[in-house]
Amino acid sequence: MVEKNQRVSRGIIENQNMPRSWRKETKPHRFCPGCGHGIALKALGDVVDELGILDQVLYGCDIGCSLLSWDFFNFDSIQTHHGRTIPVIVGAKRARPEIVGIAYMGDGGGYAIGAQHLVNAATRGDRITAIVANNTLYAMTGGQMAPTTLPRQKTSTTPYGRDPLITGSPTLGPELVAAIASEGSYVARGTVGDYNKLKLFIKKALLNQMEGKGFSFVEVLSTCPTNWRTGAKETWGFLQGKMENYFKVGELQVSQGNRLGEEG
Amino acid sequence: MITESGGVKMAKETLAGEYQEILNNEKEMFMTGNEVVAWAALAAEADFMYGYPITPQNEIMYYWAKLAPAFGRGFLQTEDEISAGFTMLGGALVGKKTFSATAGPGNILMQESISMAEMMRLPGVWIIQQRGGPSTATVIYSQQEFRLTTTGGNGEGMRLVYSTSSHQELFESTIKAFNNAWKYRFPTFVLGDGYQAKMREPVVLFNPKLRNWEIIAAEPIAMKSGVPYLERDPVHLRNTFNIEEELYDILSGHLADFRRMKQEVVEWDEGGSEKADLLVVAHGIVGRAAISAVKTVNNQGLRVKYFRPITVRPFPGEALRKIVSEEPELKILVAESAYGQLLSVVKEELYGLANTIESYLKPGLGITAEEIEEILVRLGKKEG
Amino acid sequence: MLDNGLVKIIIAGEGGQGVQTIGELLAEAAYISGKKALYIPNFGVEQRGGVSIAFVQISKGEIGAPKFQKADLLVVLSQRSVERTRDYLKQGTIYLYDESNIQAPLIDDQAVGVHGYDTVAPEAFAKMVGTKEGEAITPPKQKDLTILGIPAAKVAKEQLTPRVFNIIILGALVSVSKVLEAEKIKEALERKLGEKFKLHPELRKLNFEALESGIHMGLDALTKEE
Repeated sequence: MVEKNQRVSRGIIENQNMPRSWRKETKPHRFCPGCGHGIALKALGDVVDELGILDQVLYGCDIGCSLLSWDFFNFDSIQTHHGRTIPVIVGAKRARPEIVGIAYMGDGGGYAIGAQHLVNAATRGDRITAIVANNTLYAMTGGQMAPTTLPRQKTSTTPYGRDPLITGSPTLGPELVAAIASEGSYVARGTVGDYNKLKLFIKKALLNQMEGKGFSFVEVLSTCPTNWRTGAKETWGFLQGKMENYFKVGELQVSQGNRLGEEG
Repeated sequence: MITESGGVKMAKETLAGEYQEILNNEKEMFMTGNEVVAWAALAAEADFMYGYPITPQNEIMYYWAKLAPAFGRGFLQTEDEISAGFTMLGGALVGKKTFSATAGPGNILMQESISMAEMMRLPGVWIIQQRGGPSTATVIYSQQEFRLTTTGGNGEGMRLVYSTSSHQELFESTIKAFNNAWKYRFPTFVLGDGYQAKMREPVVLFNPKLRNWEIIAAEPIAMKSGVPYLERDPVHLRNTFNIEEELYDILSGHLADFRRMKQEVVEWDEGGSEKADLLVVAHGIVGRAAISAVKTVNNQGLRVKYFRPITVRPFPGEALRKIVSEEPELKILVAESAYGQLLSVVKEELYGLANTIESYLKPGLGITAEEIEEILVRLGKKEG
Repeated sequence: MLDNGLVKIIIAGEGGQGVQTIGELLAEAAYISGKKALYIPNFGVEQRGGVSIAFVQISKGEIGAPKFQKADLLVVLSQRSVERTRDYLKQGTIYLYDESNIQAPLIDDQAVGVHGYDTVAPEAFAKMVGTKEGEAITPPKQKDLTILGIPAAKVAKEQLTPRVFNIIILGALVSVSKVLEAEKIKEALERKLGEKFKLHPELRKLNFEALESGIHMGLDALTKEE
């Protein structure tokens, strides 16, 4: 485990060069030390660079820590209301299909307050890319329980640990989306603990949208040492231990039942 | 892959000409208000409607969904009104003329996106066909969404709201709403009601350009041409601010714009006796009943005027105040199908004047010309 | 009737009797004739229960509010509608009702939602249109009304088909209101049902027969009254 952590840490240090699509005027960024958002957004930035789509991207971010990315990139962006990033991007994409629409949010925006939008964009097969950062809690508002909080995990609103009998089990976002998304959709779960794989998933998700195939969705397992109250070692331990054990990293097959163009 | 349906193909090939001909020939039609709105949106060059069904506005979606493909315009039925509102703003953000229509509980859900539009100055047109309230109430009629539509949301109500009273006005105000929404970039509304939505009466449909009405084009706010950073600055929009002063500065700018817009857009209708003892103030369909009543009692020799605000936000307060302040004895009657929503605005606008203000308030209930007539006769009788 | 420039008409019946179609066609025909017309489907408290009400105004000049308080012409097609429309009577109201001893189809009073604007098209209720024997409507006893009874449901059942019941009523309205020509009603019918008529020419024949039959009933009723 320690060896793996070191490899990841080294990777970050080696990649000190910012993606070209990052906006250097707004760096250093405003995320806490050890926060996973920076890594997820680096993967996104690298992919935009590789695809050469700086002038095609419309980036939307939610309320919560994700909003701190509102001026993070050199492409156009809009920061919306909590949970409403998906519909804003869907609306833009429907109006101008040539745009590459990216909706970036946390687990609250994706699975709680904005769940209806995620579910319906997936079933409609909206050609956008939704990226949900899962750090198992609501970080910006003070570490409350999120739909993704693990069983027995302590948060500010579950001081004795999340009790699944009272508040249910963690939401499995990609599994949910894979079960309902229409044919041609792309679904994956990556982690900031495996940068190359995360970048690959995000790249495939954007290509899937650009090829007009369907909805694309990537959940990113992310870190929040501030609210987890963990040091560097425990942070990575929690991510690569409990989180990755519960939330399986990899690509998911979209349900075969959701064929397009078939009459009922 | 899904291919274009036969119906959409047919619409493009055969219906476009037919529809264009109706607009280009100033055709008088006999139709419902909901149908009028769809035609007006077409005439105003709206690009995309995002909507969620709720009575009594549903037929706006039916007609738009039928008309739009013939002109390459779009429609999306969303998962709820929250989504309808936000998808609309997404479309407006990238340069399309977008709109939605709703009522009652749907209007409540729509307020969230409207609040964001107000903060971020994203244009949009909302058609509100008022139904009974609070809650689900009736699917029929009311004027109870006046306050919600004019000043809903967690802000200052920087909105432009037209209250219409006939199909002709509905058609024309809808076109104006699209123009002014994209000109001033404040959330813009057409406040109708279930009666106007469902009733049939004649209306002359026309192509605004053939009457030399300017049609304001929608411009992209984000996703303009050019590579961001390399050829232009990237557009970064937000509605969250860190400090009070930062927000205050932005709002001060918006409020100044709103006051400027007011001078250019306020509309009202006034008439009746030259010199009057009584003034009826009513908006929308009740305004229409009031005008009928005033005409009848004028013929009976009563000295009565009417004042019908067409923009109910911003409100034509100066015009109203001018009429009232010129006649200190003038008694005022406010009539509305709500419990004092218009009345409170009238009182605010006339603050400090000593004129008596009477009211006829019927929340959620239609008001007939006969009812207003009866009150005018009673109030209008000179003592002794 | 257009002497004073404006005729206010109410048509009231049970959900499945095609009341709104009568209102719509009447207004459309008036509009085609170059008159001002305004039609609005049932609204207000009248909507409660299965009773469906159509408000139509036909005028030479501008029409005021869509809702009004007193009717010049009241068409009543079921017993419940008699009660529900009592407030709209005034001195001299012409009261046209169906005198057949056939039970009007009833929709449960408590079936909230059925009676909204979005009432299913009359065709969907076609088989519910009265066919069973029952008590005939008892019109109000007031002396200051012109009361005209016609056997619409009976003739529809025995000579045509129950589905055209509302078109018979429309025909009777032409005779009684004297503001419209039958030809204009036919034109309005063509506008509304033209597509269907093309596919099923027998439907046109049936509807026009019903219209004629209603016109005669209206004239007969007027003669009797005099």
